[in-house]
Amino acid sequence: MTLSAFLFQALNGLASASGLFFIAVGLSLIFGVTRIINIAHGSLYMLGTYIAYSFATRIGGGLGFWGGIVATALIVCVLGALIEILLLRRIYRAPELFQLLATFALVLVINDATLWLWGSEDLLGPRAPGLRGAVEIFGRQLPSYDLFLIVIGPAVLLVLHFALAKTRFGRLVRAATQDREMVGALGVNQAILFTSVFALGAALAGLGGALQVAREPATLATDLIAIGDAFVVVVVGGMGSITGAYLAAVIIAEVKALCIAIGVVDFGFITVNFSKLTLVAEFLVMAGVLIARPYGLLGRPQGAVRSVAEAEDPIRPAAPGLKALAVAVLALLMGLPLLAQASPYLLVLGIDVLIAVIFATSLHFIMGPGGMHSFGHAAYFGLGAYGAALMVKWLAVPMGLGLVAAPLIALAGALLFGWFAVRLSGVYLAMLTLAFAQIVWAAMFQWEGFTGGSNGVIGVWPPPPFNSAAVYYLLTLAIAVIAVLLLRRFLFAPFGYAMRAGRDSPLRAEAIGIDVKRVHWLAFAIAGGICGIAGGLFAFAKGSISPETIHVGRSIDGLVMVLLGGIQTLTGPIVGASVFATLQDTVMRQTEYWRALLGLIILLLVLAFPQGIVGAVAQIFGRRRSP
Amino acid sequence: MNTMRPVLYLAMAGAFALGLIRPADAQNTIKIGELNSYKIQPQFLDPYKKGWEMAVDEVNAKGGVLGKKLEVISRDDGGNPGDAVRAADELVTREGVNIIAGTFLSHIGLAVTNFAGQKKVFFLAAEPLTDKITWQNGNRYTFRLRPSTYMQVAMLIPDAAAAKKKRWALVYPNFEYGQSAAENFKAMLKKAQPDVEFVTEQAPPLGKVDAGAVVQALDDAKPDAIFNVLFGADLSKLVREGNTRGVFKNRTVVSLLTGEPEYLDPLKDESPVGWIVTGYPWDKIKTPAHTAFVDAYKKKFNDYPRLGSIVGYATFKSLAAGIAKAGSTDTEKLVEAFKGLKLDSPFGPFEYRASDHQATMGAYVGKIAMEGGKGTMVDFKYVDGKDVLPGPEEVKKLRPASAN
Amino acid sequence: MSVLAVKSLSKSFGGVHAVNQVSFTVARGEFLALIGPNGAGKSTCFNMINGQLAPDSGEILFEDKNIAGLAPRDIWRLGVGRTFQVAATFGSMTVVENVQMALISHGRETYGLWRPAASLHRERAIDLLAQVGMREAADRPSRELAYGDVKRIELAIALANEPRLLLMDEPTAGMAPRERNDLIKLVKQLVVERGISVLFTEHSMDVVFAYADRIIVLARGRLIADGDAAAIRENPQVQEVYFGTGKTFAHAQGAAP
Repeated sequence: MTLSAFLFQALNGLASASGLFFIAVGLSLIFGVTRIINIAHGSLYMLGTYIAYSFATRIGGGLGFWGGIVATALIVCVLGALIEILLLRRIYRAPELFQLLATFALVLVINDATLWLWGSEDLLGPRAPGLRGAVEIFGRQLPSYDLFLIVIGPAVLLVLHFALAKTRFGRLVRAATQDREMVGALGVNQAILFTSVFALGAALAGLGGALQVAREPATLATDLIAIGDAFVVVVVGGMGSITGAYLAAVIIAEVKALCIAIGVVDFGFITVNFSKLTLVAEFLVMAGVLIARPYGLLGRPQGAVRSVAEAEDPIRPAAPGLKALAVAVLALLMGLPLLAQASPYLLVLGIDVLIAVIFATSLHFIMGPGGMHSFGHAAYFGLGAYGAALMVKWLAVPMGLGLVAAPLIALAGALLFGWFAVRLSGVYLAMLTLAFAQIVWAAMFQWEGFTGGSNGVIGVWPPPPFNSAAVYYLLTLAIAVIAVLLLRRFLFAPFGYAMRAGRDSPLRAEAIGIDVKRVHWLAFAIAGGICGIAGGLFAFAKGSISPETIHVGRSIDGLVMVLLGGIQTLTGPIVGASVFATLQDTVMRQTEYWRALLGLIILLLVLAFPQGIVGAVAQIFGRRRSP
Repeated sequence: MNTMRPVLYLAMAGAFALGLIRPADAQNTIKIGELNSYKIQPQFLDPYKKGWEMAVDEVNAKGGVLGKKLEVISRDDGGNPGDAVRAADELVTREGVNIIAGTFLSHIGLAVTNFAGQKKVFFLAAEPLTDKITWQNGNRYTFRLRPSTYMQVAMLIPDAAAAKKKRWALVYPNFEYGQSAAENFKAMLKKAQPDVEFVTEQAPPLGKVDAGAVVQALDDAKPDAIFNVLFGADLSKLVREGNTRGVFKNRTVVSLLTGEPEYLDPLKDESPVGWIVTGYPWDKIKTPAHTAFVDAYKKKFNDYPRLGSIVGYATFKSLAAGIAKAGSTDTEKLVEAFKGLKLDSPFGPFEYRASDHQATMGAYVGKIAMEGGKGTMVDFKYVDGKDVLPGPEEVKKLRPASAN
Repeated sequence: MSVLAVKSLSKSFGGVHAVNQVSFTVARGEFLALIGPNGAGKSTCFNMINGQLAPDSGEILFEDKNIAGLAPRDIWRLGVGRTFQVAATFGSMTVVENVQMALISHGRETYGLWRPAASLHRERAIDLLAQVGMREAADRPSRELAYGDVKRIELAIALANEPRLLLMDEPTAGMAPRERNDLIKLVKQLVVERGISVLFTEHSMDVVFAYADRIIVLARGRLIADGDAAAIRENPQVQEVYFGTGKTFAHAQGAAP
């Protein structure tokens, strides 16, 4: 590769960096002030592209294109304000992270609304009036629109920077980012501050999406792609730092451009196609940065965010009523194969629900009592599933041995990743776990010879007698009951207490001799190991495992299950997993717009039960959040 | 808020009831289970759905098959193999079907193929292209309609070799379909033209191509020709960046699927003129069978057909023909009936080969041109699938012994 | 023999000497106050002894073992208890569970995965609560307690590992004068019974002068005085650093931040 080719690729990287910056900067501001992880940010970005497309094609010309971009930003801005006022404001007092559930529901609703409004076809907008052509640099053609993007990114950065530095609003935003409670104490109207920040963040997302209309088609897949990129950029740059966001965007875009530029390299003994690395480049960067700089490049440690929600109640052993209920439910579940003779699908669904229960309970173990919000729990599910499937495929071991290996392999992975993750806290921990999960995913995806690549491992069916749904169901039930009871036992044991002690007050815990990091590390590993069982069971239930199954969507499903059930309760994840898995299965059959329906149901649940379902039920029965 | 709770409980109870209570059986129909990634691939699968709806309506209007009407139970497979297998399981165990059709992405098709083999359920894979469905991972119960990756690449090889270009660059999405298309292309072109050189390979992640950098890297490798496997949104980005940067100028480009309306139409006035592609020039095929299909389709949906429409239509026509030939919906009889099943389609007659269960339905190969401000195909010809498939002896070696 | 001997302890932050060559000792059974105006280096000094900060140089000998640079939990294991300026308990546990947790840790049972924690050391924990007058509250969630009561719980927790030295950072901060006296009286009674040495920092001068056996004074990172209440009151240097900043001892009494 020549030097000029290299420099030119660097320019390409800068153009992409501006795009990444626009996706990320709004998210960073919103998180900084409101501490809401807005998963719907990518959806707002996607809407930006669609709305700008409509302006550019309906009105057309310079006005339709350039005016449309501005109008789009304003429309998305209003939409953001509405989301904050109508939805999020109602649930600020819910347990932390709960708002994430609401924004997840929005992702589903907005995606289907977009499908309904704009249809399924990819919509490629017109080229930008005035910037259709290319300019020659280093003997190569650089689109003039890319040049425009290279300039507009830093320009918006400067404007934002001065707005934050010089205006009262900006000072409030910065103060709130540093210490949210202080702003409340200063007598600032928090509601107005939150609404305006959310609206500003939304406007930036809309603007970013709109600016892409000349480069990329509007497609329905954009929302999830954009949110993934945005998280990475925000975290690498440092939450709440807009300069950091730009810096991170540049680094990630340049790393990718470099991988593409290097292309195929023959090292003699092995040929590496570096362009394939772009699949996971941003997550490798993120993991590296977080390990070296736990708060991102330009981020600062955040003042401890004391949750605005009430702390949870002390845990107590199950009351006789709950125990009786549990026995009754268990009896019913054991009898299900008899009931299911008329409708054998109940068993298929039952297996899936039970696997979801193991998955969610193990996630809750570290999320609730451990206070470690893992956004990458799918990694351990995947390690378990692949571990078991690959042992069967390559070593021809029986299923039983595969199922024993699954938790051990997941445990090993969790010990490795957890060692790094527990050194961080809050959203940085969440993002590092996500990065690890994506790295696991990429390894499974890319290591074709061993893992089957994108096709995954197929043909790992359980041997007789487990090939009967009823028998496999009972096996799953037995393992699920053991896993749940085991985790519960741990929580009531000194180790579980030490975990919660480390979460409630790390300083105090250290001051009474508890090695908080070590306790949390081992907790992380235990949760990973148990989760691996769920993965192993899944692989044999489906006869296959593929990378999609362990992609970020599964991690998010886990979060949704835990939050839906109620993070502050011990039975919450069981109920949350059962409800979500059943709901998803049911809703998927009901209507073409099943995503919107699922989203709306979750929104209803969110508004009706801000403590999660079990939290609400417990309140109704007068025992406050303690089963 | 409190007044809302009872309503909510009711709503949820309703949802569960819907999910768990089995709908009443109608015994005078033949039930066929269908599953596909409708939500994540709507571009192809909306027309596909219309296609099969039309086929089913046509069959039922003529009295159905074996005196019974076809009843299709369609499911979204959630876009991942785990959910797809569950959906298939649900179709079999809850709806009681023994015939499944559909799937789009290769890995989902493969997972369902494997499921079908395990549970001894008849499966007609409609769209997934991977060779493994009929070859390495083939089984007795699985058949496939669309030309496989191997076939599509083979259709393009004569034109690629005829261009007599020495230096080739490849760009393909980084998953099974893209990888195997690239492998097939390299192997086949090397055979047809031994002096060929592959100067670079770009494998961007599916749906996330960094188009500017990728076309630049292609350009910097100074190829004489480019083989492209990107489709959908990735293709749009690649074409726009490539056009702006002049990367396709004076270069032969051979491209898979680009002539399909699903992927060509969004490009509008930027359609890459001169590319040699496989595709579906729906407005120019004037065979009677096809004209009748297009007319009926337009009349029914007030829209023109895409390739997905053909696939959906032919899939269900195949099933109707197969059931009729078997004289029963019994799985084993259906498998035997499908071996060598011959039928007519809008693309002309084709058959399901007994040797590897692959349909010989072909595809159109031609060049992209611009007409009336949008892309179309010119100089196209129909390549019959049977002309590009290896013979029965050869595929026998590719398939597991148990599959035959 | 001294329980704690601090020798030439120094720490700077970005060129500012927060603590500069400070040396002092705490004798067995002694109730020693560490005072000084804001910014004098009290907290830095304190946090080096409890392990939260590592000193740049100097030694901290606890029973002749150098603990400088050890982690807080290791220092605690050696027999050093502590309370926090802003009292913190484990909010999701009951009062008695808070104390039990400390006892469990002291018994090195933290990694137990099987036996329920609720039954471990419960009697001993209740006993400790009784000693700080909080027995009635044993089974209440600790987050529901009034601040003064939280301070008492902290004390019970601090006694759980049978420390020989107790470090108390502003034990009466944020409390009403009446509560303050009660608390300090309680502390004094408990430590005298057990022969525990105490090092505490304090803003409230009436508490300091009324209860401390000995007082050491820091100003701008240096130790400027060391003596009993009367000696410190009369010390011109001490008067200068306090009155020079516009404060008098009388004013300072109610002015804890």
